[in-house]
Amino acid sequence: MKLIILENYSQASEWAAKYIRNRIVQFGPGPGRFFTLGLPTGLPRDHPESYHSFMWNNFFKHIDISPENVHILDGNAPDLQAECDAFEEKIKAAGGIELFVGGIGPDGHIAFNEPGSSLVSRTRVKTLAMDTILANARFFDGDLSKVPTMALTVGVGTVMDAREVMILITGAHKAFALYKAIEDGVNHMWTVSAFQQHPNTVFVCDEDATLELKVKTVKYFKGLMLVHNKLVEPLYSMKEMGTERSQSKKPYSD
Amino acid sequence: MPSNKSVSDAPIVQFTNCRILRDHQLQREDLWVREGKILNPEKLFFDEKGSADVQLDCKDSIIAPGFIDVQINGGFGVDFSLATDDFKSGIDLVSQKILSHGVTSFCPTLVTSPSSVYHQVLPQISVRNGGTHGAGILGVHLEGPFISKEKKGAHPEHCLRTFEAGAFQDLLATYGSLDCVQIVTLAPEMRRSSEVIQELTKRGICVSLGHSVANLSQAEEAVQHGATFITHLFNAMLPFHHRDPGIVGLLTSDRIPAGRRVFYGMISDGIHTNPAALRIAHRAHPKGLVLVTDAIAGMGLAPGRHTLGQQVVEIDGLNTYIAGTKTLSGSVATMDTCVRHFQEATGCSVETALEAASLHPAQLLGIEHKKGTLNYDSDADFLMLNDSLYVQATYIAGEEVWRQDVSGM
Repeated sequence: MKLIILENYSQASEWAAKYIRNRIVQFGPGPGRFFTLGLPTGLPRDHPESYHSFMWNNFFKHIDISPENVHILDGNAPDLQAECDAFEEKIKAAGGIELFVGGIGPDGHIAFNEPGSSLVSRTRVKTLAMDTILANARFFDGDLSKVPTMALTVGVGTVMDAREVMILITGAHKAFALYKAIEDGVNHMWTVSAFQQHPNTVFVCDEDATLELKVKTVKYFKGLMLVHNKLVEPLYSMKEMGTERSQSKKPYSD
Repeated sequence: MPSNKSVSDAPIVQFTNCRILRDHQLQREDLWVREGKILNPEKLFFDEKGSADVQLDCKDSIIAPGFIDVQINGGFGVDFSLATDDFKSGIDLVSQKILSHGVTSFCPTLVTSPSSVYHQVLPQISVRNGGTHGAGILGVHLEGPFISKEKKGAHPEHCLRTFEAGAFQDLLATYGSLDCVQIVTLAPEMRRSSEVIQELTKRGICVSLGHSVANLSQAEEAVQHGATFITHLFNAMLPFHHRDPGIVGLLTSDRIPAGRRVFYGMISDGIHTNPAALRIAHRAHPKGLVLVTDAIAGMGLAPGRHTLGQQVVEIDGLNTYIAGTKTLSGSVATMDTCVRHFQEATGCSVETALEAASLHPAQLLGIEHKKGTLNYDSDADFLMLNDSLYVQATYIAGEEVWRQDVSGM
């Protein structure tokens, strides 16, 4: 894994954004060659704070993506299991996920794969843990009874199939989960730990998120920042893509 | 891909690089338009999987809802209170010319006139949508003749009437028809005015108090019977007095029925009201302020003599008086000038100034679900303005109907 430690939330976000941009440009997407970006699912539709609104306001409306290339799990589908199975098929049809970007819950979950989720699970309906319900209460005026108790989610196995995984972790409240994810063993109670067995994982975090890690771990990875920063500088653009492609080898391997 | 064929064939236009007035704030958002209405891009994206056919770069302009003028007596040589042979072409001319002032909808106003004028003129005005031909007509504003002699202002005394004889029937006979009437200004202290106000309100006509010597309780009673507007606040009414605020007191009255709001028109041309008075009214009741021009035939023309119904008026700069007197009679200000002057005089935000000329008149007339805002599914009547609030382009139903000529500068 690569552990990228930035000073604060904005810097971590910016680093992650630049990295994703470089990955997309280096991939050289074009007609028929899609860069498949995976993102975890969220709240059901038909709510002002729904995942659709969130994704529209924070992502889709700022870019020129075609609506047909957007696939969001539909929590209102008549047959939820069929919806999940179809989603897995769509991923296969698109050639697999190139890069999966996700966060981590305070209980160490990736997407809605709550503690106890199988580490080889696929896209399915999942009952949410109390921790997650509490965390989402802010979207429902703090009224716990209004928070949905189930969600559709990609499975741990689904994410493990992605060619690259990037996890963003910021804030002191996530520190313990980060510790469990990377310094302890692989454990289905902390599902993010599954990525210890993925060949290509990047964890991007801020200082506060490292509060529960060993000083040795933090020093080691901070020392690697000079090398890691080569992944975001220079910032590639689609125009220069032609010449850069031949030099797009990673500076070092995991 | 553009519109989903199963929903609509119509092209979708996306206005980008602009700041739109929405939810009382200028937001950096794109404006999406289809079939003359404001479109919800999120629904378009997820439900229809559609995208824009045309993208227009607005070069960082402000996009605001089109202005609505509820008191305009004419302009460019046309007088709405004069029953001429070419009346129809006159109203067409004005509706076309005011597009450049940012007005997308208006209420042609008739001052106190003999009954014959109403009978001849009213049938020639019809409620209609705006477009390249001109601003939309929402309905007529009848200012008089049921007003007070003491506060007639520029209205001719011999045409004034009362409700004594037949109250509402008298009113109907005077005007002939109320089909296209949107607003009636009357003096509430007149006997039997309450029944008239109730009848008018029942028919969906907005009743406005003006040209009156009513005291505060008479005004409040009128509001309780249905009146919702005050015609050009401060002008042609008793001045504010601390023991009887008169009509002006409605701005802070506690006898307004729950859920109702009293709106008041202000002519912010810098002449009809001292800026300090404008500020007092605005600070007392900001949500009720409606900017109006009260423009007369001379608006848009050179200084000199013009008519206003049965009177002759004289224009000198921004001042218009009854010829030979110091009695103000209408204005020659344009709506965009009023918006700018209002913003400067009160120091209010750009959003507030723009809403006083768009959202508030729409709320007054009960049409804010389709006019006066840039909310989804509203009519796409909007303006592009620069930061100094000068109109650069006017759009009605999503179509450009006027653009500032950049070449001849």
